[in-house]
Amino acid sequence: MIKNISNLGDAALYCDFGKEVNKEINTQVIKYFKTIQKKNITGIINITPSYNKLIISFDLKKINFNKLKKIIDNIEIIKLDSVQNKKLEIPICCEKEYSLDIKRLEDKLKMKEEKIYENFFEKEFFCYMTGFIAGMPFLGDLEENLRANRLDTPRVKVPKGSIGITEQFANIYTFESPGGWNIIGNTPLSIFDSSKENEPNLINPGDLVTFKRITKEKYQNYHE
Amino acid sequence: MNKNYFEILRAGINSTFQDLGRKNLYHIGIPFSGAMDNRNYLLANKLTGNDLNGPVIEFAYQGPHLKYHGDKINIAITGDVSFKIKKGDNLVDGECYKSFILENNDELDVISTNKSVYGYLSISGKFYLEFQWSSCSINTKANIGSNNGKKLSVKQKINIKEINTNYVNKKLNYSNTKIENIRVIKGTNFNYFSEEGKKIFFKDEFKVSKLSDRMGMRLEGKKIENIVDTNIRSEGLIRGVIQVPADGNPIIMLSDHGTIGGYPKIGVVISADYDKLVQLTPGSRIKFQEVDLTSAENLFKLYELETQNLISQI
Repeated sequence: MIKNISNLGDAALYCDFGKEVNKEINTQVIKYFKTIQKKNITGIINITPSYNKLIISFDLKKINFNKLKKIIDNIEIIKLDSVQNKKLEIPICCEKEYSLDIKRLEDKLKMKEEKIYENFFEKEFFCYMTGFIAGMPFLGDLEENLRANRLDTPRVKVPKGSIGITEQFANIYTFESPGGWNIIGNTPLSIFDSSKENEPNLINPGDLVTFKRITKEKYQNYHE
Repeated sequence: MNKNYFEILRAGINSTFQDLGRKNLYHIGIPFSGAMDNRNYLLANKLTGNDLNGPVIEFAYQGPHLKYHGDKINIAITGDVSFKIKKGDNLVDGECYKSFILENNDELDVISTNKSVYGYLSISGKFYLEFQWSSCSINTKANIGSNNGKKLSVKQKINIKEINTNYVNKKLNYSNTKIENIRVIKGTNFNYFSEEGKKIFFKDEFKVSKLSDRMGMRLEGKKIENIVDTNIRSEGLIRGVIQVPADGNPIIMLSDHGTIGGYPKIGVVISADYDKLVQLTPGSRIKFQEVDLTSAENLFKLYELETQNLISQI
């Protein structure tokens, strides 16, 4: 449930579901997201679900914070059909030129490169949300021993296809963009396709994802 | 085929088609986009008699140099922009907020924006464009929008679908003002910063860095010290959010911003000041000034009233 609603600037609601990050809380966030989306409330421009927050931005010409807060406070969650979660395997290459931050991670985590990868490839990830850039999946949860902070200064350009980790999560940069995650490899797969307006994302919230290491040769000759 | 078109002799630094942007797509990571300076975008459309939400060409710093081929058409440019129109051997100085007639073989040279970043070019008619998620707005990072999501390039053609032949010339007396004080509401992580850091944020000057674009504006100044955590759980962002990463330099989210971010939010620029914020050139010095929610809402009403007033004068 929403613990608190505050304003983020003058044109957005900041709905806080608490500090914890787990699948149960995330599912609550998604339920609110889908309910609000279905209700087509006048003035709402965007609804952004994340691990444990929901941000609702609105058109200040049509509604304001207090009016929208009242609506959200009294909203009744609709029942959702359970969705079958997709299982996906993402190929990644971890050669030097693609694993930009692996040396930094060895220092940060006090762990050898081989061990970092071993831990990473063992994991089945859950997709909590997509965003930051188009189609970028936020995948959890990394084991405790792989958790590291973001870079102090985000990179201006992270290459397309980069796989990054930070805290308890992994993500994939669907195209070149600025970003501050620790980069450990790169996938030749296209994760976002804007020509498919109805389903542009390969990975969607609720999907289960594993990674598979591929050689540089395979990476370079990869065909989808 | 298209008998009316512009030939691009020089594309300019970042010339893109823009309209009001895309809604309801943050949850899959697609930003709002749309014209950066909303007021100047609306005025451009009104000056050429279009629907207010029609596509225009947005340019940054240096604009495009275009050669026109086709039937008589009107154009207008808004912002703080220097441009020239070449008719045969005649070179005419352009004037913003005033419509001009272009005829076959005339050239329009949008030389540069003056003390601002963005300018807008509209035509009395419709461009031939493709829309994605109901918007033509080009997002060059995600390659979304018309022109395959890419900025305009030299030698390319800009095709025109239809021309409004009933058009009469229009003019508006308006000049843009610059601001140095950006008004903000405290962000959800304001208390992550040291007393000294908070003081710096509201008292010191910041310089707009060269690393600024349609996604964000990076600022340089005294380091704003974080005493709680330099990371937060990644969560939704909106236009105008000011994030402070561990290096202590604020970054303001602009129209093509990432939809989710994990750096603490020290403040949010109020809606009324957004148009003026985006026009600040690298090297500009700014200060942040705190306002509360009610004041911000009232300031937006004033901004909106002023915009509507300008539109109705055309």
